Parts: sequence; structure tokens; C-alpha cells
Amino acid sequence: MAEKMTGAEMVIQALIDQGVEHVFGYPGGAALPIYDAMFQQDTVQHILVRHEQGATHMAEGYARSTGKPGVVLVTSGPGATNAVTGLTDALMDSIPLVCITAQVPTTLIGSDAFQECDTVGITRSCTKYNYLVKRIEDLPRIMHEAFLIATTGRPGPVVVDIPKDVQFALGDYYKPDFDTLRHQSYRPQMDGDAAAIEAAVDLMLKAERPIFYTGGGVINAGPAASEHLRELAELTGFPVTSTLMGLGAFPASNSQWMGMLGMHGTYEANLAMHDCDVMINIGARFDDRITGRIDAFSPNSAKIHVDIDPSSINKVVNVDIPIIGDCARVLSEMVRVWRSKTNQSRSEALAPWWKQIETWRAVNSLGYKNSETIIKPQYAIERLYQATKKQAKEVYITTEVGQHQMWAAQHFHFDQPNRWMTSGGLGTMGYGLPAAVGVQVAHPEALVIDIAGEASVQMTMQEMSTAVQYRLPVKIFILNNERMGMVRQWQDLLHGSRYAHSYSESLPDFVKLAEAYGGKGIRCSNPAELDATIAEMLDYDGPVLFDCMVEKDENCLPMIPSGKPHNEIILPDTANIGDIIDEKGRQLV
Amino acid sequence: MNAHLQPTGSAYFLTKETQDIERHTLSVLVDNEPGILARVVGLFSARGYNIESLTVSETEHGRRLSRITVVVIATPKTLTQIKLQLERLIPVHKVHDLTAEGASLERELALIKVAGSGDSRAETLRLADAFRAQIVDATVESFVFEVTGKPAKIDSFIALMQPLGLVEVVRTGLAAISRGPQGM
Ligand SMILES: Cc1ncc(C[n+]2csc(CCOP(=O)(O)OP(=O)(O)O)c2C)c(N)n1
Ligand SMILES: [Mg+2]
Repeated sequence: MAEKMTGAEMVIQALIDQGVEHVFGYPGGAALPIYDAMFQQDTVQHILVRHEQGATHMAEGYARSTGKPGVVLVTSGPGATNAVTGLTDALMDSIPLVCITAQVPTTLIGSDAFQECDTVGITRSCTKYNYLVKRIEDLPRIMHEAFLIATTGRPGPVVVDIPKDVQFALGDYYKPDFDTLRHQSYRPQMDGDAAAIEAAVDLMLKAERPIFYTGGGVINAGPAASEHLRELAELTGFPVTSTLMGLGAFPASNSQWMGMLGMHGTYEANLAMHDCDVMINIGARFDDRITGRIDAFSPNSAKIHVDIDPSSINKVVNVDIPIIGDCARVLSEMVRVWRSKTNQSRSEALAPWWKQIETWRAVNSLGYKNSETIIKPQYAIERLYQATKKQAKEVYITTEVGQHQMWAAQHFHFDQPNRWMTSGGLGTMGYGLPAAVGVQVAHPEALVIDIAGEASVQMTMQEMSTAVQYRLPVKIFILNNERMGMVRQWQDLLHGSRYAHSYSESLPDFVKLAEAYGGKGIRCSNPAELDATIAEMLDYDGPVLFDCMVEKDENCLPMIPSGKPHNEIILPDTANIGDIIDEKGRQLV
Repeated sequence: MNAHLQPTGSAYFLTKETQDIERHTLSVLVDNEPGILARVVGLFSARGYNIESLTVSETEHGRRLSRITVVVIATPKTLTQIKLQLERLIPVHKVHDLTAEGASLERELALIKVAGSGDSRAETLRLADAFRAQIVDATVESFVFEVTGKPAKIDSFIALMQPLGLVEVVRTGLAAISRGPQGM
């Protein structure tokens, strides 16, 4: 059933056959044939960005909020190099992206041609896989394979580099056909080993101080995984904590929810991780922001680790029962096996553990001193959260990177998966605004808010123009502390409060800037006016930059400093954080 | 893993790996496609693993498969990671740790140029014969020998040639295969 067409037409046809509705991109010489083919159809909508990094983060937001792959189209040379940050971000956070990069004609490759760069060389280490398509015969297969690889197993970004002459060449196009796709060397294991699942459940049945430690893998495994997690938590009665990437998989409104764990996680989550006897890691990877000092990490627990990527097992922390498989399938098996073994509640056996957890919860580690004169950043997020709860719309939150990101994770609460988009692994400032644009493209009716810092947001601010062009009513809620607050906090902690280049000088007037872009600007610095101005933002049908002037020197706490175990967490009422870290700790990142 | 343990690496990995390091030979079956070697080598450099030797060549032309033999030096924990990280590469079909899986055969080929005249030539030829080195080129003042065998045998032959006028050496790196009827 081959159909004759040009390479450029094949690219578009493959996107259509893969069910792609939106592409985020930016044209250039080498990409013109594909753009020409794009122009002659209406099935795939192209969103013109203002910087290729923006396109990649939009595609990430799109993917994370829908579960579908995000698609990027950029030109050769600078188009491709500008996409590198977003590709790396997607690799670190396991986000499915297909990024089509145009390339100079095959005859010019290697000649240092205009806008030539070694795209496959540059992106080899920041993609799950990449291709240089040298022959038109390979193009249909590669396009379909790219989607298969990006979306299955542990998801990730895939680059398809297509030289201009291949875009012009005529060839036979084939629809996706699983038999012709790469499957010999790429076969992700989906089902967990039955004996391992059985052993895990046996261990869980005997646990007295258990905890579920869940991560982004639960989100990546689709909504069914979150459903099964809820079911398993209800059956077992175990407490649940999550990494930054996993927020929303388990409802924050549930009484078994412990809050986020890790460097800025809650006291109860971190102490429970430290003191537990059985840890059930589902789709998380023992990242260093989670474990703290590795040799003091949860010293007395038996560890179960469910992960689709075999190389995650025993990479950082040795575990007792590894289960390789898709979180949704393994969780549903765990539910089935648990049910087959018992119908008794274990609440009595777990009562002392929950009592202990209650004493930790009573510490109120997310507490802060509010003020009547200055807006506290935590308060701003709390009020934003309350205001959005009253909205009939679905709410999606993205963030930039810094203190505001951690405060958002702590004080905004999620009851559903795919509602929280943040750059976890790479920690990319500038992620949030374009990610919000991508989310809004996927969910035009939803309320999409980027909780931002005044420094981060300037890294990809130009995408406001994209939001205005496509009438995407994203709300950019800037916690403006006139500081790179997170850097300032570390300088207080580690460098004698010598604030080397961590303040935001010569800030633009964000209200005027919003207006210059054709959006709306709102400023608020008075706690008494906060609710009204937030309401004004939510009521406005268009993009808004909200300049929320907050306390400049607030620290983001609790915090487990680098090199400290979980039970040496710094709590909010600590007077001077500068006295806590010793010389050795200062070398840590 | 090694990368994590370096002093400049991510701060949390303060613990020194205490296990002893071992030398292992891995056999890696891959699609023979452009860039595959860069992928494998890039993985080693990005994650800070040490390569001792690496050989690659197409072994099944019809299926476009290549076999890479790579000798690594690492702790057992890192060895496991290396294997799993290699398997994670899309064009990698299989990774076998030949050292861990028991008896395997290891061979290397070397071309060795020795220059000399007079008595030393006779001595050179006597030793070459003992090592079953083939003469593949000869002039009145030089020989090129071809030696095959375990790397240790080649090492000793080279050491013996040193005082006899060794000029230069090229070695192929290790090719290894498991014993017995089973294939990869
Ligand atoms: C692209 C990039 N460059 C540098 C950093 C290091 N960094 C982490 S947080 C931060 C400051 C962020 O400041 P702001 O956006 O104002 O957020 P705040 O911490 O003040 O809430 C910096 C510079 C980073 N994460 N990303
Ligand atoms: Mg700031």
C-alpha cells in the first residue's frame, strides 16, 4: 500500500498517521520543504514559537499534560542547537518527544556548510535515540520508529535529522506497521516478574513501618497507574509520599498523603523514609535530591523497587526486591496478589507507625510566619491555590526553577495526575512559561498557570508573544523577590551570605512588559489586595503577567542540606541557616 | 558509577566504593549502523567508565550485526551498571559478560616490526619461532611479525623484542568468544 510522495510530505503524513495534532516549531532554510508541505494541509496545526528552546518545553508541557508525545520541528544548525536544552530536560524527566531537525543536503554534510552542525553528534547523549535519515527509503520507517521509541518503555526524546535533499526526494510512503518497526533490539519489559511481585507483597504484608515512595514513572505509566496506586494504598493503609515528578498520582487530599519528600520535602515524609522497615519505590529513581547522604539513607528498611528501566535498579541504592515493568501493570498485579492473600485490614498492626507519623506531622514543617505588610511567597501560593479551587475549570500548573518551584510543590495541592509540569531532573530555568503555553494548546478550556520566579521567567519570556498570537490565556504568576532566591539561600547556607550575582538588577516593569506583548499586566505588593488581584487575573480572558512582589529574603524550608541524612532536616523556625553546614558540606551541589 | 564517585561529581555520593576492581570482557551484539561505535564509546565517557580495549567488526553481514568486544575495569556494581546501560542503547541486542559467564577464549593479533642486523637477527628469528610468529615482511635489516594469541603472550613477545630492535607495534585489541556449543 505504498504511496508516492516527497520526503517532506512523508513527514507530515507520518505525523498525521501517528495522530499528531500539534507541532511546535520554527522555520529556516533547511526546513523549508517540510514547512511547505505543512502549509498545504490543515490536519496538523503548527504553533510558531519565538525560540526553539521554547518549542521543546512547549512540547514537554503538551506531552506531560496529555500523555501523548510532544512534537517539535526546527531547522538545521542554530535551530537544532537551540533545542538541546529542552531535549536534555525531556531525557532527564522521561518525557516523550519527537524532534524533527532539518539538515543541510547530504552532499554538503561534512563540508561546514551554512547552518550545518553535527546534530546527531550533538544530541546523541541528550536523546533516547536519534537518526540521520540519509535515504528516502528509510524515512517512513524511521518516522514511525521514532514515535514508538519516544513513547514506549521509559519515554524520552527522539531526534530525526532530515537533510534537505531527502525532504525533496520522491519515495514510497508506508503507514506504521509494527512488524517492520524496530523490535529486535528494542523490547521494553512491561510485565513484572510474578515471583518478585509475590515476594514484594509478602514483605508488605509483614511490614510494620511501610511507606510508598512514588515517582514520575507512575505518571508516565498513564492514568491507570494512578488508579491502581490509590487502590493499593487504600487496601494496605500505608502512607504515601512522592517525588517532585510524581505529584498528583496520589491525591493530596487523602489522609494517607505525606506530602513530597526530598531536599525540600516535609518532615514527616523524610523521617518516615528514614525510619521505615519496608520501602516500596514505584517509578522513582533514588535521585540525589531524594536520598540525601547515601550511606545514611533509610538504613534499616527492606526496599522494593518497581521501574521500567533495568538500569535504574541498584544504580544508586541497592534494593532487596527489584521488579522491572510498567508501573500500571505491576501495581494492578500487586493489588490482585494482595487481595488473594488477605481481606483483613492491617490498621491495627500499623497503628503505632501512624501514631509516630502524627507526631511528625504535628511539627508542621511547611509552616511559616505570615505578615500583614509583606506578601509571603508561601501565602501567595496558598491564596492562588484556594482561588483556583473555586474555578469550574481544570487547573494545570507549571513552574520555573528556584524557591518558587519548591513552594509551589509544597503549597499547591494536586489530586490528579498530569496536572503538574516542572523541570525536575535538569532543573531548567525558563521551562515554565513555554510549558504552560504547550499545556494550554492541549487544553484550550483549562486554567493554566506558570508559577514563576522573576529571574527564570526572563529566560523564555519571548514566548508571551506566542501565547498572544494563538490566544492562549496562560497566567504567569511571578513570585518576584528581586533575587535568584534559591541561589541566595545557598549563599546564606554555604558562603557566608556573600551574594555573588544572585540579585535581580534592572528588572523590567513586568506590567508594561505584559502590555507591550499585548497581554495584561497586574502588580500586587499588599497582602490585603492579593485575593482581589488574583481574581482579576483568573477572570481575564487572555495571557497575564502577574508581578507578585514578595518577601525578598524568605528561605525555602524545610531543607535537608547536601551531605546530611534525612533526620537532620532544617525546620522553618531555624534562626540562622548559615551556621548549619560544615566545611565538607560546602563542596556539595 | 565512577563518575558519581569522583570528588567533583554530584555531591551526595560521598561514599567511597570499597569493592575491589575487576577486569571483565564484554561481548556486545549491535546493529551495524552509522554512529553505533560513537554511542557505545560516548556512554563510557559520559558515565566515567574505563575502557581497557575495544574491538568492533561486522560479524553477520546479512543481518547487519556487529560484535563489539570491550574489556573494562570496574567494581562488580559498576560492571552491572555498564551492562544495563549498554542494553539500554536502542541498537544493542545483547550484552554478555564473558568473564562472569565462565570459560571463554580470548585472542589478539599483533604486527610487530623489528630492525637489526648480525647476531641479533638470528636471535630474533629463534624467539619468533618459539612464539609461532609469522614473518609477513622481511628486508635485509628488518622483519614484520604477525603474532596471535592471548594478550599476555603478545606482551611477552614484545618485551623480548625490545632489546633486539623493536621499532613499532600495532595490536587489534581483544576478540573473545565463549567456549562450548552455545552462541550469544
Ligand atoms: C538555566 C539555568 N541556569 C541556572 C540555574 C541555577 N539556578 C537555580 S535556581 C536559580 C535562581 C532562580 O531565580 P528565580 O527564578 O527568581 O526564582 P526564586 O528562587 O527567586 O524563586 C538559579 C540561577 C538553573 N537552574 N537553570
Ligand atoms: Mg526570584
